[in-house]
Amino acid sequence: MKYQRVHLLLCHGTACVSAGSEKIDEAIKEELEKHGLEKEVRLVPTGCFGFCAMGPVMLVYPEGVMYCRVKPEDIGEIVCEHLLKGRIVERLLYKEPDGKDRVAELSNIEFFRHQRREVLHNCGQINPEDIGEYIARDGYFALAEVLTKKTPREVIDIITKSGLRGRGGGGFPTGRKWSYAGHATGEIKYVICNGDEGDPGAFMDRSIMEGDPHAILEGLAIAGYAIGSAQGYIYVRAEYPIAVQRLEHAIGEARKTGLLGKDIFGSGFDFDIELRLGAGAFVCGEETALLHSLAGRRGEPRPRPPFPAVDGLFHRPTLINNVETLANVPRIILKGAPWFAGIGTEKSKGTKVFALAGKINNTGLIEVPMGTSLRTIIYDIGGGIPKGREFKAAQIGGPSGGCLPKEYLDTSLDYESLIELGAMMGSGGLIVMDESDCMVDIARFFLEFTQDESCGKCTPCRVGTKRMLEILQRITQGEGEEGDIELLKSLAEDIKGSSLCGLGQTAPNPVLSTLRFFEDEYIAHIRDKRCPAGVCSSLLRFEIIPEKCTACTVCARVCPVEAISGTPRKPPFVIHQDICIKCGACQAKCPFGAIAKV
Amino acid sequence: MVTLTIDEQKVTVPEGTSVLEAAWKIGIDIPSLCYLKGLNEVGTCRVCVVEIEGSKTLQASCVYPVAEGLVVRTNTPRVLKARRTALQLLLSEHPQDCLSCYRNMNCELQALAHRFNILEIPFRGEKREPPNDEKSVAVMREPAKCIRCRRCIAVCSKVQQAFVYSAVHRGFDSMVSPAFGLSLDDVACITCGQCANVCPTAAIHEPDNTKEVWEALHDPEKWVVVQVAPSIRVTLGEEFGLQIGSVVTGQLVAALRRLGFDKVFDTDFTADLTIMEEGHEFLEKLKSGGPFPHLSSCSPGWVKYCEHFYPEMLEHVSTVKSPHSMFGALAKTYHAEKIGVDPARMVVVSVMPCTAKKYEINRPEMTDSGFKDVDVVITTRELARMIREAGLDFINLPEEEFDEPLGIASGAGLIFGATGGVLEAALRTIYELETGKEFPLPQYEQSLRGMDGLKEAEVEMPQGLIRVGIAHGTGNAKQILEKIKAGEKYHFVEIMGCPGGCVGGGGQPILSFRRGWEGSMDYRMDRADSLYKAEQELPYRKSHENPEIKKIYREFLGHPLSEISHKLLHTSYTARSRYPLSKTKV
Repeated sequence: MKYQRVHLLLCHGTACVSAGSEKIDEAIKEELEKHGLEKEVRLVPTGCFGFCAMGPVMLVYPEGVMYCRVKPEDIGEIVCEHLLKGRIVERLLYKEPDGKDRVAELSNIEFFRHQRREVLHNCGQINPEDIGEYIARDGYFALAEVLTKKTPREVIDIITKSGLRGRGGGGFPTGRKWSYAGHATGEIKYVICNGDEGDPGAFMDRSIMEGDPHAILEGLAIAGYAIGSAQGYIYVRAEYPIAVQRLEHAIGEARKTGLLGKDIFGSGFDFDIELRLGAGAFVCGEETALLHSLAGRRGEPRPRPPFPAVDGLFHRPTLINNVETLANVPRIILKGAPWFAGIGTEKSKGTKVFALAGKINNTGLIEVPMGTSLRTIIYDIGGGIPKGREFKAAQIGGPSGGCLPKEYLDTSLDYESLIELGAMMGSGGLIVMDESDCMVDIARFFLEFTQDESCGKCTPCRVGTKRMLEILQRITQGEGEEGDIELLKSLAEDIKGSSLCGLGQTAPNPVLSTLRFFEDEYIAHIRDKRCPAGVCSSLLRFEIIPEKCTACTVCARVCPVEAISGTPRKPPFVIHQDICIKCGACQAKCPFGAIAKV
Repeated sequence: MVTLTIDEQKVTVPEGTSVLEAAWKIGIDIPSLCYLKGLNEVGTCRVCVVEIEGSKTLQASCVYPVAEGLVVRTNTPRVLKARRTALQLLLSEHPQDCLSCYRNMNCELQALAHRFNILEIPFRGEKREPPNDEKSVAVMREPAKCIRCRRCIAVCSKVQQAFVYSAVHRGFDSMVSPAFGLSLDDVACITCGQCANVCPTAAIHEPDNTKEVWEALHDPEKWVVVQVAPSIRVTLGEEFGLQIGSVVTGQLVAALRRLGFDKVFDTDFTADLTIMEEGHEFLEKLKSGGPFPHLSSCSPGWVKYCEHFYPEMLEHVSTVKSPHSMFGALAKTYHAEKIGVDPARMVVVSVMPCTAKKYEINRPEMTDSGFKDVDVVITTRELARMIREAGLDFINLPEEEFDEPLGIASGAGLIFGATGGVLEAALRTIYELETGKEFPLPQYEQSLRGMDGLKEAEVEMPQGLIRVGIAHGTGNAKQILEKIKAGEKYHFVEIMGCPGGCVGGGGQPILSFRRGWEGSMDYRMDRADSLYKAEQELPYRKSHENPEIKKIYREFLGHPLSEISHKLLHTSYTARSRYPLSKTKV
C-alpha cells in the first residue's frame, strides 16, 4: 500500500448521501486531480458519524479535523487551503450551540466527547465496502478465535457472562437465547439478523448496517457456530437501499475472502448468509412475523410457544438477534466478557445506541454506556434545547415506549428502570420534547402509528387501538368527555394484557405513560377544552389584545379567510372565531404583538 | 401425559393438548370464537384468554400447549374483563343488525354476547362498511360482519385447497378477501360453500332465494315442481332440533306439499338415471379403452374446481349432468308433456345441500329443455326457513310419500348423498350388467364407505381388474389427481366437492364445531350412516331395477346414451383460469 499523507473521510450514510455526499465525492476527485494530489490524498467513503444534522460530514486525517455541512463548492477551498496550505477552513468547522468558538477536532466536540463508541467504533472510521479496512481494525479476529480455539458451548458461555441483552426492544438475555437455540435438536438450524428497524425516527441499526456491515456478518457467523447453524439470514427493510447494497457487497467480499462459505479458517465450520428484504411492515420486527415474512408469507405474528428457538424458520430451530446485538458480539469475544460486563449497570451491560431527535440542538446517533442519565444525553451530548426553551419530557422506546418528565432527568437509562417508569428501552429512539409539545397529541401520534402498523390479526390490537385512538382524537379536538381517561386506562390494560404479540402488548404504553405524568394536560383538554401547549388547533383561539392594537390593518390583510375586520385607525380589530382557521398568520405578522394565542 | 392445574383442579391430558381442550375436558367452559380444532388454531379473537402463572400477559388458551405443572386460571376478574372487552370491541365494529340477520339465533358472536351479558358497548367509533359481495349467485359475503377469525381462509386453503381467501390490508382496515378485493364470482371460487359452513357469523352465506320460491308458489299461473336431493332427508331435522342424522323423509314431503308445491319429487330418481347413463358411458370406455380414469360429474363444486385447477383433466370428466339438472331437463320435457303442462309455466325448484348448484343452474349449458332446466335452488337451510315461516310443526307432520313417477328411487340413488355412494351405486349396476351376478357389496363396504379422504378398491370385471378411487373435498381430489398425473392407474374415480360428500355440503345446517374439524367429520359420518340405514328399507337397491327408470327408457329416452339422452342429460365443461379474466371453451 502506498503512503498517503492525507485521508479524507466522507460520510456516506443515508442522511449525508441525501445531503449530497456523492456530488462531493466527484468534486473532491476533480479537485485532487486538478492539483495532482490523487496519489497523496486518499478519499475514504465511510458509514455514519452520527452527527447527521451537520451532514454531509467530512473528517480530515491525520489532524482529525471535522468539517460540517460541506457542499461541493466548498471542496476547492478545502483542497487549496487545508490540503495544500495547511490552513483549516474555519467557516466549515462545527460551532457549539452556546455560540462560542468553533471546534476543529472531532474529539473535542461536546457531542462526541461524552459518548463511548463501542458498537459504532467503525462507523465513520472505515470504508464499509472494503473488507480490508474492517480486518485492519481486528475484524474477523473474533470469528477466527472462536472457530479455532473455542467450543460452541464456550462461546455461549462468554456471551452469557458478558450480560449482553437484546437491543431490539425487550432486552432478553442474549446468552440465554443462544443457549435455547443451541440446545434445540435438529440437523438444520438458522440464525437470523433482524434488521427490520421501524420505530419512527430511529436509525441505529441502519447506521450499523451501512457503516460496519462486516461486524454483523461476523456476529452472525459466531452465533451460527455457537448454536450449530450453517445458514444465516439478514432480514432488512427494502426502505434501506444503502444498507442493502453495503450488506450485499460485504457478503460478496466475505465469501471471496473465505470468511463465509465452506470450512472457514480450516475449522470445518461452514456458514453462509443470505439477504432477505422486508416490505416495510413495522410488525415484521416481531420475531414470528419476521419468520413468516422471511418465508414469503404475510408478515403476521403467531402465538408463542412454540418459540423460534424450537420451531422457527421453515419449522427449524432458529435464533433471531437484532443488528446492534450481533454487532456487539465480535467485540465481546475479542475483549472478553469481563470487559463488556464492566460497562453499564448491574443488570444492563455494555453501551446503547440512541437516535436523538426532537427539540434538541445536536440531533443524531449517539452511543453511551448503559445507565447514562438523560441529563448527560440531552445537555452534554445533545447540547440542550433550542431557543432556550424548557425541557418537558423525553420519549424513549418509540411507539412501544413512554416518556420521562424532567423529574427523571437523572434516572439511569437501563432496561429495568425504564420499564419501572412505564417506558422501555425499545430499539433506542429518543425524542426530546419541550414546553411547546402537547403530551396528548404525542400519545395520539404514536397510537396512530401503531394502529396503522397493526397487522389486524387479533381483536384487541386491531379494534382496541383504533378505539383508543378515536378517544384521543376526540380529546385533542375538544370533544373529550368525563370518563374518557378511565376508559382509556381500562382499555389500555386489556390491550396490553390480551394482545397476541408485542406490538399490541406495548401499543398503549405512550398513552399510559403520558397519563401517568401529564394527566393534568388530559384534564385541561377534556374539562377546560384547552391545550396548555397550544398545539391542538381545535382548542386554540387567536384574540386581539385591544390595548395593543393600533388598527394598522396588517392582520386583516394577511388573513387568508378574511376572518379579521375593523376600521382602519380605529382600534381594536376583531377576529371572527367562526371563520378563523387558526393558521397563526396574523400573530406572526402583527408588528405590535397585539395578537395572542389562548 | 401431562398434569396441570386449572382453577385449582388437576387434569391429566396428552402432551400437545391445548389448555382450552384440557379445561373443556373437566367441564370448564372457556368461551371461544375463532378456534376450530384441527383446522384453525390461530388465536386471533382473544376471547379464550386465561391467566397462566408466570406469564405477564394473558394467553389464548386455544393455542397454548399444556405443560407439566402449568397453573391456569380461567375466571379471574382480569380474564373476564379482557374477554368482555374483546367481545365489546368486536361488537363495536359490527353492524349489530341481529334482528334482520341471516344468522339470527344461529350466530356464535351473538351467542357469546348473550353469554357474557353484554348489555352495552362502551366504545363508539368508526365502523368499516365494506360493500357486500353479491355478485356470485352461489355464495355471498357481508364483510362488515366478519370478525377476522379466518376459519374461511383455513377451510378454503387447507381442506378445499382453492385458496380463495386471504387476510389483506393492515390495522383497522385489515379484512379477509379474495385476491385484489375481487368478487367471489371473479376468482377461482368453486362455490362449494364450505366457508359459509364454518363462518361463525353471517359474513359468508348463500344468497337467499326463498323469495323467488314463494313468488312462484303464490302465482296461480305457475306449476311448481320441487325435487329433493338425497341428503336433505337426513339433515333437515337438525334445523328443528332433532338429533344429527335423524331421517325425516316423510315429514319433508309433507312439509313441501303444505308449502304449496304442485308435485314433490325425489332427485334420487335422476340419481338412478345418472347411474344408467354414466354406467354405460363407463362401460363404453371399458370397451374402447378409455380415456381413463373416468371421473364422476355429479358434484358441481368439484366440476368447477376441475375447470379452474385441472382443466387438462376435463376430458376425463363424465359428460353426464348432475342428477338435479337431469331432473330439470326431464321435468320440462317428458313430465310436462305427460301431464299436459306447458313447460313455460313450469317452475322447477331444487332443494339441495349445496351452494354450488345455485351456480350450476345458471350455466348456459343447463337449458337443454328449451328453458332454464332448474329455476331455483334452495339449500337445506333455506327450506328450513320457509317451513318455519309457514308455521309448520315440522317434527309432528304426518309422514307422506313422494309423488310418482319422478319420485320413485332405489337405494342406490339415495346413497348418492354420501362420499363413495355414487361409485357404490355405479358398481351395483355395472357389475351386474356385465357379470349377471349381484355386486358382492359386503366385501367392499369397508373400502367404499366412511370418511377417509381417499378410498380405493379393485373389482374383478369380465374386462379385467378395474381399480376405482374415491375422494371427497377438493383438497383430497387434488391429491388423487396428482397421483393420476404421476401415472397411477385408476379406471373410475368418484369425486365430491365437499368433505363427506353431500351430507357435508355447503348448504347444510350449520354444524357445531365445538368438537373441532374432526368432530365435524364425525357428524358428517352420522348423517351418512343414516342414508345407508334408510337405503336398506327401500324396495329396490339397484338403479337398473327401478321400474320408473325402465319406464322412462321405454317411453321416452330409448336406451342409455341415446340421442335424446345426449341432448337432455349430458353436458360440456369450460376450462377456466386460476386467475381472473381468461376463460376458454374446451
